[in-house]
Amino acid sequence: MTDQAIDRDKLLDIYTRTTKVNRTDERFRELLMQGKIAVMYYCVRGQEVVSASAMAALNDDDYVVCTYRGQGEQTAKGVPMEAYWAECLGKATGTCKGKGGTMHITHPETGVMVTTGVVGSGLPIANGLAMASQNSGDGKVTIVTFGDGAANIGGFHEAMNMAQLYKLPIVFVCINNRYGEHTAYADHTDSVNIASRAEGYGMRSAHVDGTYVEQVYPAIQEAVDRARAGDGPTLVEAMCYRMQGHFFGSDFSYMPPEHIEEMNAEDCMPKLRNYMLEAQFTEAELDAIIADVDGQLDVAVQAALDAPFPDASELRKDVFEEEIAA
Amino acid sequence: MSGTITLTQGLNQAIDEAMAADDTVFCLGEDVAAKQGGGVFKITSGLTEKYGENRIRATPISETAIVGAAVGAALAGHRPICEIMLMNFVGVCMDQIVNHAAKLRFMSGGQTNVPMVLRTTTGVGVGFGGQHSDMLEAWFAHVAGLKIVTASNAADAKGLMRSAIECNDPVIFIENVISYGLTSDDPGKDHRVPLGKAAITREGTDCSIITYGRTVMDALEVAETLEEEGISVEIVDLRTIAPYDEETVLASVRKTGRAVTLHEAVKPYGTGAEMSAKIHEELFNELKAPVQRVGGSFSPVPFVALEQDWIPSKSELADAVRTAVNWKK
Ligand SMILES: Cc1ncc(C[n+]2csc(CCOP(=O)(O)OP(=O)(O)O)c2C)c(N)n1
Ligand SMILES: [Mg+2]
Repeated sequence: MTDQAIDRDKLLDIYTRTTKVNRTDERFRELLMQGKIAVMYYCVRGQEVVSASAMAALNDDDYVVCTYRGQGEQTAKGVPMEAYWAECLGKATGTCKGKGGTMHITHPETGVMVTTGVVGSGLPIANGLAMASQNSGDGKVTIVTFGDGAANIGGFHEAMNMAQLYKLPIVFVCINNRYGEHTAYADHTDSVNIASRAEGYGMRSAHVDGTYVEQVYPAIQEAVDRARAGDGPTLVEAMCYRMQGHFFGSDFSYMPPEHIEEMNAEDCMPKLRNYMLEAQFTEAELDAIIADVDGQLDVAVQAALDAPFPDASELRKDVFEEEIAA
Repeated sequence: MSGTITLTQGLNQAIDEAMAADDTVFCLGEDVAAKQGGGVFKITSGLTEKYGENRIRATPISETAIVGAAVGAALAGHRPICEIMLMNFVGVCMDQIVNHAAKLRFMSGGQTNVPMVLRTTTGVGVGFGGQHSDMLEAWFAHVAGLKIVTASNAADAKGLMRSAIECNDPVIFIENVISYGLTSDDPGKDHRVPLGKAAITREGTDCSIITYGRTVMDALEVAETLEEEGISVEIVDLRTIAPYDEETVLASVRKTGRAVTLHEAVKPYGTGAEMSAKIHEELFNELKAPVQRVGGSFSPVPFVALEQDWIPSKSELADAVRTAVNWKK
């Protein structure tokens, strides 16, 4: 893969999306650290480039299914920041009226159809979205993201086989951050990698270093293009790091020092910055993007903090189409 | 309108008519397409020829992927009808039903909904043994966000299936193996029976039997027997098991002053317990007797020799009604 694989506009797009993901993560941790907010948050530091590249490979109306650790996909796909933050703080103005929360961000307008808190459950659902597209011929592609740990749940196997059988327009993106909760990859899986499993299903695959935009973006874009053309699914495994604990505040002393050293050396953010500079973007241009995102975050976070909580009557709404009688 | 239809035909016609009327309706499940003979119980027979293999999708044996795909397609605005061949197999795909189908409308704040039908078959009395016979409706009745439907006759099967397909929330549609051959007068094209509305199958004044599905037939027989003893039985066929038609149930019991709940599912923690509790809460002072419950034995469903000992019998039901009617306060 050459540097020319990504044109400048797309590169700038990916950089902007990556910045949103990264700054949102930083802001989340800052607010949690300061005690200004107290909610579950699954940090995405170390995975930003994978999420941003995947979302940059999609059209605005394409579908995404992600996990509790989905902040990257959600913000990079374009969920409006104010509604995102309000939902994360459980406010009535949130994407889901404050009823879903950090683990269940949904925003169909931007194609974010499901965020599941159950490991591996997104894959079968993503197949259904793709099946709807196949039946109706609407030309949409579905991306489902999941972790390395999720590749060991039964639904992964069922979904991979079914997607390949029907040649569904879907891309399976395994964000391999080398840990599932406290368990390192080698302690949960003996397969050389997850991508290699695709062969058993007759499926195309790609195994890339997700800390390099020039590797991960072209691989996912190619998979998306093939899916859209009717050439069936691809399993893309993007290697990266989870640079924090499993969720904010959780201990990660179980990570060996060599691993921590490696992940700090392989951080995707400075790599992306260098790549941008090599592509003749200027420091000032890039800093302006960061400043712009930070400004948007200031507004969104403040609005979310100021927003009201949902009314208790919401418990009777959206259980069914018809409201439950009080 | 002329002639009769079987319950199998009723289901097939409802699906056929819905698929003809709405391109987003499609079926998926094991063996459902023409190549596999139109399903183990032939419910989708003849539909592949009309609607093609995308809309009658024969799937691998992958219950999680089947239900998950139904959930996903429903989120995209389609109306999938997925089939779990036998109800006990829901054990391998509960997460998709309970954590996803049931909850996504709520967790998304109403931005998405899951208009899917999960069809499944079960039933005691044909010798399928412990892993192919259970009525598990109570598992699902305990989950907010699911509707559970079952039909006691062919016409209702047709009308309820059509309404289930058109419902904007997930519906678990339970079929009973023994009931497929039941016949009704043909209710005609586009027949619909509303969800959430019970039927008074037989009017009476002394005791209400509240039941659904296959056991409605048992209740009718028992009512005839008791009539000869001078006991007048009213039968309420729930049709929608959950959320059930409290209004009709309570009105019936208010009238008769006595109630017996009847289901094939095991008695402890069953839907009968919920209804009994509700009736006591609402009508305690008007009741002439405590609500009696009749249900299957609390053991796994046995093989043929013991099946009839396991299943709630008509004599048990008759005794329960007599107990209620003869109750001395
Ligand atoms: C079915 C299921 N089992 C266990 C859990 C608890 N759990 C939450 S995240 C997680 C680790 C998943 O690891 P991975 O798939 O690699 O994703 P990552 O968290 O690394 O993004 C576990 C075990 C769960 N949510 N769902
Ligand atoms: Mg992981």
